[in-house]
This record gives sequence, structure tokens and C-alpha cells, in this order.
Amino acid sequence: MPMPEWLRVRRGKDAGGRDAAQWSKCAECGEMLYRRDLAANLYVCSRCGHHFRIGAYDRISTIVDGDFTEIGGEVQVGDPLQWSDRKSYPVKLAGDREKSGLSEAVVCGFGQIGGFDVALGVMDFHFRGGTMGTVVGERVTMLLEEATRRHLPCVIFTASGGARMEEGMFALMQLAKTTAAVTRFMADGNALITVLTDPTTGGVSASFAFQADIILAEPKAMIGFAGRRVIEQTIRQKLPEGFQAAEFLLEHGHIDIVVERRLLKETLVRFLDYTAKGAAQRARAEAHA
Amino acid sequence: MNPFMDREKALLELERRIAELRTASADQPVDMSSEIGVLETKYQEILRDVYGAPTPWQKVHMARHPNRPTSLEYIAGLDRFDELHGDRHYEDDQAVVGGAALLRGRAIVAIGQQRGRDTKENLRRNFGMVAPEGYRKVRRLAHLATRLGLPIVTFVDTKGADPGISSEEHAQSEAIAQCLIAFTTATVPIVASIIGEGGSGGALALAIADRVIMLEHSTYSVASPEGCAAILWGDASKADEAASHLKLTAQDLRGFGIVDEIVPEPLGGANRDPSGVVTRVLEKIDAALERLETLPAQRLLAQRYEKYRRIGAWARETAPAGRF
Repeated sequence: MPMPEWLRVRRGKDAGGRDAAQWSKCAECGEMLYRRDLAANLYVCSRCGHHFRIGAYDRISTIVDGDFTEIGGEVQVGDPLQWSDRKSYPVKLAGDREKSGLSEAVVCGFGQIGGFDVALGVMDFHFRGGTMGTVVGERVTMLLEEATRRHLPCVIFTASGGARMEEGMFALMQLAKTTAAVTRFMADGNALITVLTDPTTGGVSASFAFQADIILAEPKAMIGFAGRRVIEQTIRQKLPEGFQAAEFLLEHGHIDIVVERRLLKETLVRFLDYTAKGAAQRARAEAHA
Repeated sequence: MNPFMDREKALLELERRIAELRTASADQPVDMSSEIGVLETKYQEILRDVYGAPTPWQKVHMARHPNRPTSLEYIAGLDRFDELHGDRHYEDDQAVVGGAALLRGRAIVAIGQQRGRDTKENLRRNFGMVAPEGYRKVRRLAHLATRLGLPIVTFVDTKGADPGISSEEHAQSEAIAQCLIAFTTATVPIVASIIGEGGSGGALALAIADRVIMLEHSTYSVASPEGCAAILWGDASKADEAASHLKLTAQDLRGFGIVDEIVPEPLGGANRDPSGVVTRVLEKIDAALERLETLPAQRLLAQRYEKYRRIGAWARETAPAGRF
């Protein structure tokens, strides 16, 4: 498959950065993996099946058919609290931009998945732990509002440590803002599908991640409200193995399906198909009325 | 560590001595009013010295003061209250209290997070940290309010949502996320009052509102100062530093437009005049409802959407970027 133009441009920018390393070590089994093989295997360890955390643009390229038109790129971060601890917030952000090759912790836009037009939002843990501040909240809100206008389903991949501390209450208010956008989007009869990836916690899990119609998750993704450390500090005991893993949530009835990455696109396509058929059936019923 | 502890002790000691002198002077013919006067002047001096301009970290402790009025005291100030129990699924979480009520003759649904005053009550109330069952009770009451046309009045007072094992097993995230939807879509006026601590998503679950009232020394933040310090620096003991960064005071948040109005407290905090503070807060709620109830539901929802849609200190670059 030829590399789409938008991704080729991105890759060109990233060359020499974090892509320079030729080998990656699997955090689960320790296997050394050649990066090109790893990328070809959708960043899943060929030995043990461990799903690596994946960058937003890599994710998009594995999901969309071809083109992807980004929106909200012009929304850039402010420093509402004038935050400065060990480093100032703008300095931290500059480091995140350098490390991730992204302008913020989410990339939003429009493309096709299996021939279906969709709104697509992808969070990236490499940028400030995928935390939601005003830019993430604004971009997700813009995505949902534009999807509402175009009557399109929306797919959001989450990866987040929660609300961003350095933006204080402005960050917390993004839960309210995105929730408002989700409710208008849904009230208009559009489908929201979220894919929870490692990790999805705090303010993101307590808002749009768990407000979706269909909730998918990647194997072993850590998903919960409170982080492991907070819980352990509160109850003063070690948590059992597998606590807050995607499989644990499936067992407890919190999510719909745990889907391996190689099957993710075809799974999404099936649900987009149900969605499209549902919309057509409803339109036919209304035409009869 | 409570930054007021030593001074609070000195104040308590003075209070005790003043009371003793009063009792003594009532029994005896000797006039002790000048001695009492001296002690009272000293008492006021210490009060002003300690509480005149509290730092954010000091405010955190004022917000957590064991004698600060809790939700049940505000609820007791209503004309009438009929508590409703349970999430209709599993449990009745005691960390949140709610029910039908009358405020100045107006029928409402009142909901408040409830912490305890002592260890025993705190165990029953889980320190005001609400579990998923509690948030499901809140959501149910919000739906009830919408169904019956009753405005929603909430009292926010929590360090945060309960972070325990069973809360995770029972989907804390989903419970909060659905509360946010319930408050966003409720077609009745909502007035939220931050009466103590407003900690994180666990507080916001009761605080998406058409009008947000906050006591002068309450705090409201994205995470508790301890939680923030642990997240950023892996060290909860740096909470005082986190408190100063978080801009969690009523004055900061009023400036940001996140809080609509501040209710003043007496010098030393709401615990020094609980009934006066309760009355003032209820008056503000009443006045807010008076204005909000004239709005048609669609206007109300549109205004609420716009209010939260606007919040965000982001800036747009002039050149469109991000198209490939």
C-alpha cells in the first residue's frame, strides 16, 4: 500500500527524531524487535503479542483508508495559570512537542474507514501523558460539533493519564465541555465509538471514553478512574495482577469488546456498517411516515 | 500538616479563658469586664493575624475544617426535606445525600456530598468520597428532577471520588461520566454551591450548573493538592506547593469565570458562624433560582452549553495549520 501523502509529509518531519532508533525492546517479554518489522506488525510484539503504545499519526495510518484531513491544528495551547514548578509549563510543552512530533495530545480530523466517512480523534500518550487540557478539550469538541453538522459517526481512540494538572480548573472544565458536545452529537442520532488504549484514566475515562455507544479496548490496556498508585496509597495494599486491565473491565461488564490491534479496523468497519444501515433504515421509516 | 494547628490551639485556649471569666463574673460581684475586654481584643488580633489573608494552602485547611458546615446543615436550613435513598441497583451510598425539598416555598431536588465530623461518621460517610453507587443515585435524582420539573440544588464537598478497589470494579468512570451527561441535559435550573472542598471529577459530577456559588474560603481544583503533588512530583508531601500552583481559591476561579459568585465568610471561616453562612448561601441560591426559573428550557440548555463551550484559554494561530 503506498504511503498516503499526509503521512509521508509527517514522516519527513519526524525523520532523524525518535524514528532514528532501529531496535525496540518489548516491555513485556524483552524481545528485541527491528523497528520496521514492528511497524509492519502494527506495533505489536511478534513474540508475545504485547501491544506497544502507538503514536497518533501511526494509529491514523493503520485505521484510515487513505486520506485524512486534520482539523483543529490551529488551536494552540495557552498558559492560563502561568504555571511554573521545576520547569515552566511552556518549556514542558516544548519538550513534549519535540519528543512526540505533535502540537498537542490529540489529533482530530476526517477520513474514511472501510469506505465509511467518519470523524476521527486519536490521543497520544507521548504528549504530556495524553492529558486533557484546553487544547485537547477544544479539539475534541470541534470534532464532535463538525461531525454533528455533517451527520457522521465519530471514532475516538483514548490514551490519557487524565486531566492536565498544569492547566488546573481549565482542564477540569474540559470534561464539562466535551460532555456537552457529546450530548448534542448523540441527540442528533449520531454514533460515538471509543477505543480505549493503554492507559485511559481520570478525566478522560470519566467523560467521553465512557459516554460512547460502543466501547472497545485493546488487550491489556490499563483503564480506570483512579491510577494504580493512588489506589495503593489509599488502601495501603498491593493491587492484584490484571486489576484495571481491559480484560478485567470486560469481565465486570464495563466495556463491549477487547479487540486485538490487527482486528481493530475490520471490527470498526462492521460497527460503522451497522450505524450506516441503521441511519438508512430510520430514514426509510421516516419517509413512510 | 495543618498550618493553623498551633494558632487554633491558642485561640481555643483564649476562648476557654474568656468563657471562664464570663461565668466567674456572673457569679461574683467583681467587675471583670476589662480583663475580658483585653482577652477579646487579643483574640481578635490573633484571628486577623492568622486568617486575615490566608494562603491557598491555609484555605485548603479552612475548607476541611471539621466544624465547617456540611451539606446536611444546609439541608437542615431548607423549609422541608424528604430524603430519597439508593441507586435502584445495588446500594445507598451514604457519602451523598439527596431528596425532594422546599426552599423558600419552592419545590426542588437537593443533593449534597456528606463528610463526617468524627471517625465513626466519617467511616459511614466514607469521608465524603462518593462511590459509583452514589453517583448513580445522583444521576437518578437529576432525572427525577427533570421529570417532575424541580430545580436541582447541589452542595459540593469532597476531596474527590472514592478511589477504592470496589469503586473501580463498579465502574467509577462510567458513573461520573453519566452524571456529567445528566447535569448537562437536565431541563431544569441547576445551582451548585462549593461549600468545602471541590476535588476533581468527583466534584464536577455535581457541579455542572447554570450558576456556581462558592464560599470565600472553599477550594475547587482539578485534583486535591496531595493528588496533584503525587502526580507531578511523585511526592504527596509537597501538597502546599501544589496548592499555590493550582489556583484553587474562590477568588482565582471567580476571576476565570468558572465560579459565578462568592459568598463571604466571617473572619476565621464559616465554622465561626455556621447558621449565618448557611442562611447567606441559601439566600443566594434562592435569588439565582428566582432568575433562572423564568427561562424556557431550551434557552436554559443553550446558555448552559455556551457557558462551558467558552471555557478554555487556548489561542488560535492566524495561519491555518495541520492540513496535509
